[in-house]
Amino acid sequence: MSDVIIQGTNVAHTHDAHGGHHGHEHHEQHFITKYIFSQDHKVIAKQFLITGIIWAVIGALMSVFFRLQLGFPNETFPIMEKFLGEWAKGGKLNPEFYYALVTMHGTILVFFVLTAGLSGTFANLLIPLQIGARDMASPFMNMLSYWFFFLSSIIMFVSLFIQTGPASGGWTTYPPLSALKEASLGSGLGMDLWLVSMALFVVSSLLGGLNYISTILNMRTKGMTMTRMPLTIWALLFTAILGVLSFPVLFSGFVLLIFDRNFGTSFYLSEIFIGGKALPHVGGSAILYQHLFWFLGHPEVYIIMLPGMGMASEVLSNHSRKPIFGYSAMIISMIGITVLAFVVWAHHMFVTGMSPFLGSIFVLLTLLIAVPSAVKVFNWLTTIWKGNIRFTVPMMFAIGFVSLFISGGLTGLFLGNSALDIHLHDTYFVIAHFHIVMGVSAFFGMFAGIYHWFPKMFGRFMNNTLGYIHFFITLAGAYLIFWPMHYEGIAGMPRRYYDYSAWESFKQFESLNSFISIAVVLVFFAQLIFVVNFFVSIFRGRKMTTQNPWGSPSLEWTTPINPGHGNWEGDIPEVHRWPYDYKDDGNGNDFISQTTPLKPGEEAH
Amino acid sequence: MSGFISILLTGLVFVIIYQIAKASEYATILRGEGKINARVNRTMALLLVLFFVLGIYGIWLCHDALIDKMLPVSASQHGVEYDSMLLVTLVVTGVVFFITQTLLFWFAYRYQSTEKRTSFFFPHNNKLELIWTTVPAIAMAVLVAIGLRNWGKMTGAAPKDATVVEVVGKQFNWIVRYPGKDGVLGKRDFRKINDATNVLGLDWDDKDNKDDIIAQNGELHLVVNKPVSILIGSRDVIHDVGLPHFRMKMDAVPGIVTTLWFTPTITSAKMKEITGNKDFVYEISCDQMCGKGHYSMRGTVIVETQEEYDAWMAKQQTYYAANNAPAAEGTAAPEQKTDSVKAITMK
Repeated sequence: MSDVIIQGTNVAHTHDAHGGHHGHEHHEQHFITKYIFSQDHKVIAKQFLITGIIWAVIGALMSVFFRLQLGFPNETFPIMEKFLGEWAKGGKLNPEFYYALVTMHGTILVFFVLTAGLSGTFANLLIPLQIGARDMASPFMNMLSYWFFFLSSIIMFVSLFIQTGPASGGWTTYPPLSALKEASLGSGLGMDLWLVSMALFVVSSLLGGLNYISTILNMRTKGMTMTRMPLTIWALLFTAILGVLSFPVLFSGFVLLIFDRNFGTSFYLSEIFIGGKALPHVGGSAILYQHLFWFLGHPEVYIIMLPGMGMASEVLSNHSRKPIFGYSAMIISMIGITVLAFVVWAHHMFVTGMSPFLGSIFVLLTLLIAVPSAVKVFNWLTTIWKGNIRFTVPMMFAIGFVSLFISGGLTGLFLGNSALDIHLHDTYFVIAHFHIVMGVSAFFGMFAGIYHWFPKMFGRFMNNTLGYIHFFITLAGAYLIFWPMHYEGIAGMPRRYYDYSAWESFKQFESLNSFISIAVVLVFFAQLIFVVNFFVSIFRGRKMTTQNPWGSPSLEWTTPINPGHGNWEGDIPEVHRWPYDYKDDGNGNDFISQTTPLKPGEEAH
Repeated sequence: MSGFISILLTGLVFVIIYQIAKASEYATILRGEGKINARVNRTMALLLVLFFVLGIYGIWLCHDALIDKMLPVSASQHGVEYDSMLLVTLVVTGVVFFITQTLLFWFAYRYQSTEKRTSFFFPHNNKLELIWTTVPAIAMAVLVAIGLRNWGKMTGAAPKDATVVEVVGKQFNWIVRYPGKDGVLGKRDFRKINDATNVLGLDWDDKDNKDDIIAQNGELHLVVNKPVSILIGSRDVIHDVGLPHFRMKMDAVPGIVTTLWFTPTITSAKMKEITGNKDFVYEISCDQMCGKGHYSMRGTVIVETQEEYDAWMAKQQTYYAANNAPAAEGTAAPEQKTDSVKAITMK
């Protein structure tokens, strides 16, 4: 009982689990099949996570560079020349490369970190473990999903080093800017590599998504009805559905763009005079691309948010020692979000010249999506109400997640309302909004997940002290960086500007920009604390001594401490109850495992 | 080499931090976990509340520091409605923000784990769910209603007496075309564009073009209290006409014509008085990323009285005359003239 708060207590299992080692019992696996071309979902999860972390560091470093330019437009930074070479000659960032950095920062963080790194990691890790399956429906396809992502990563990485620089048309790569080599340096080879890389990324995402859906639908263990699944699994299911239905549309958009770039078609191009001559393209529509892009682009926001929501629900409930409030309401609200996510995309396009009437419909649908989001927030608040809260590191991040989700979600009501968007569109207000809600908030969900399931992944704990430091610097830093940006946005300051000093209307924010940039540098270093903590803890962290350190009723904690491929020794567990039974089990535990049969006279949830 | 050493040193610092953190953790375990964990828990609960309090104070500080740097009063009629709608939305979301954040941090502090506490098994309550589905839905309905009313007004047809002006974006500046005496903008064709003599590709067979006036310096002259309808186009990539002082913006898309209209209500001269800034100028910002010069794609708006406008207009040479008349002196002529008028309006 002494270590009740952080350690939790062990669980009496129906299956006698030995803990300890397992992997080598049946047959020795070669290093390559075990760790590299592995078909074990847990190893693939770690591969996604580690690749994601590497990308996150690269993407964050890029933001440090362009924030140095924005915060100190008159200074030079020799360190930038070290990293960027010709692109920052004399320590002064080249405008062309500023845009390349902005573009790559967005692409990397949105797709490679918060899509692949987030749902790739946790869908792979948690789906089989929490539904009681030995692996994914198709472990081979699952492996391919990672390796397509890897290939895509390599191509994107290579594009950073080519002579004309990587793509520089913004992460949305709107044509004609991205379609015409004459329009910008980054629209040359860099853009081709970007498109190829993203096409492979879509393949990876589809292979993964189809696998997640079929696994959840078909491979649940005995007794694991849909309504006994943890909310993480529900969230990951909807994430996969969103991805499978919307990524192909993005893919088609990319294919048309590749055609326009290379084969002389005019899907997106019309009446253009550039580079001193009129182009032959007539009849295309630049807006068509935006429709195709945002048909993925908006569901993408929920692809990023839902896993965090699911994990935060799990972590909040577990560390409050209290069932999630409104389990069914949570599922219904996720269904609402998933359905509505497909019909709100054009709220990114209110000022493109789209019919104002169409705009009104998208306003209505967009603000409608606030309702299920609000329900979720109130349910989280009620979950911790009258709980018995243990402030473990994952719990801190889950609380931070809710705080940031509220802050970032509310500003969506401004941008979703076209009459307000008409002034705020493409200003710093937008940057503040989406960085708080789908950037930092999603990251907090991810951190909560990493700190919570790290013991399941590596059999060791991450260091708590560093975790707390990481938490407070990141939370405070995120607000310091993004809160003031709302003001800049309301003042009309446009995003994606290299320098504001020539503008009478925006130059008054110079000192604020410096302040934000300093905060960015601090927060960047705080993330390195996490990276060090993560990698060192894999080898040196405090060892897990009990199977179920957090005292959780769900199935992943019934596996041995270092589960081998197949997860459970002996039979897979049978499930008798829902995953949030945080009540006295009669043996001094404050939860009842899903594998425990109902007592006589006990009602199922 | 020095770069390598500094990276090595940074790495070393992180490893040392990790070791210290680890040692302190082991020390707490040795000293008896129960008490220390309870202490950590209390500390974290306190720190969260402290964070909340400092955060609220920070919000106030931030507001105090930045409020003077915001936009001046709206210079267009519908901008005034815009500002009031912004305020309503701000109040609604602000109230929700403070209530939910307070509850979040208060609950976290209030229900921190103690040895005596057991959690309250409270899995669902349909009445509560119903309340917090309906209340946000009603609030949303109100916001949508206000929004759509304003949206309809600002995107509806421009008044019949509105002046028509065309603004065309190109990498990286704005070109403004006035319809001239006939009040009609003539046809243009991107195939006829020539950077030296015909920047917009005006079709000289269309007589409506003969009196059109083009300002290549991106200076848009408007008459105060007279509605203006702006036709927006682009020569190359997508740009966006951003008019922060009038609370308006609209993309400039190659291949299609987009429009916006508004009524400027405050002259540039008057705005200089209001802001107390003698360098004040209404600016057109490009709000859609358009390439490496995006940040420098700046236009200006001069709002003046009818007399000043007429005086300025009288001095303009038609683009046709400037480029096709036998005695044409090139495109520089109209630019010089607009500059001299600017000097007048600034006084």
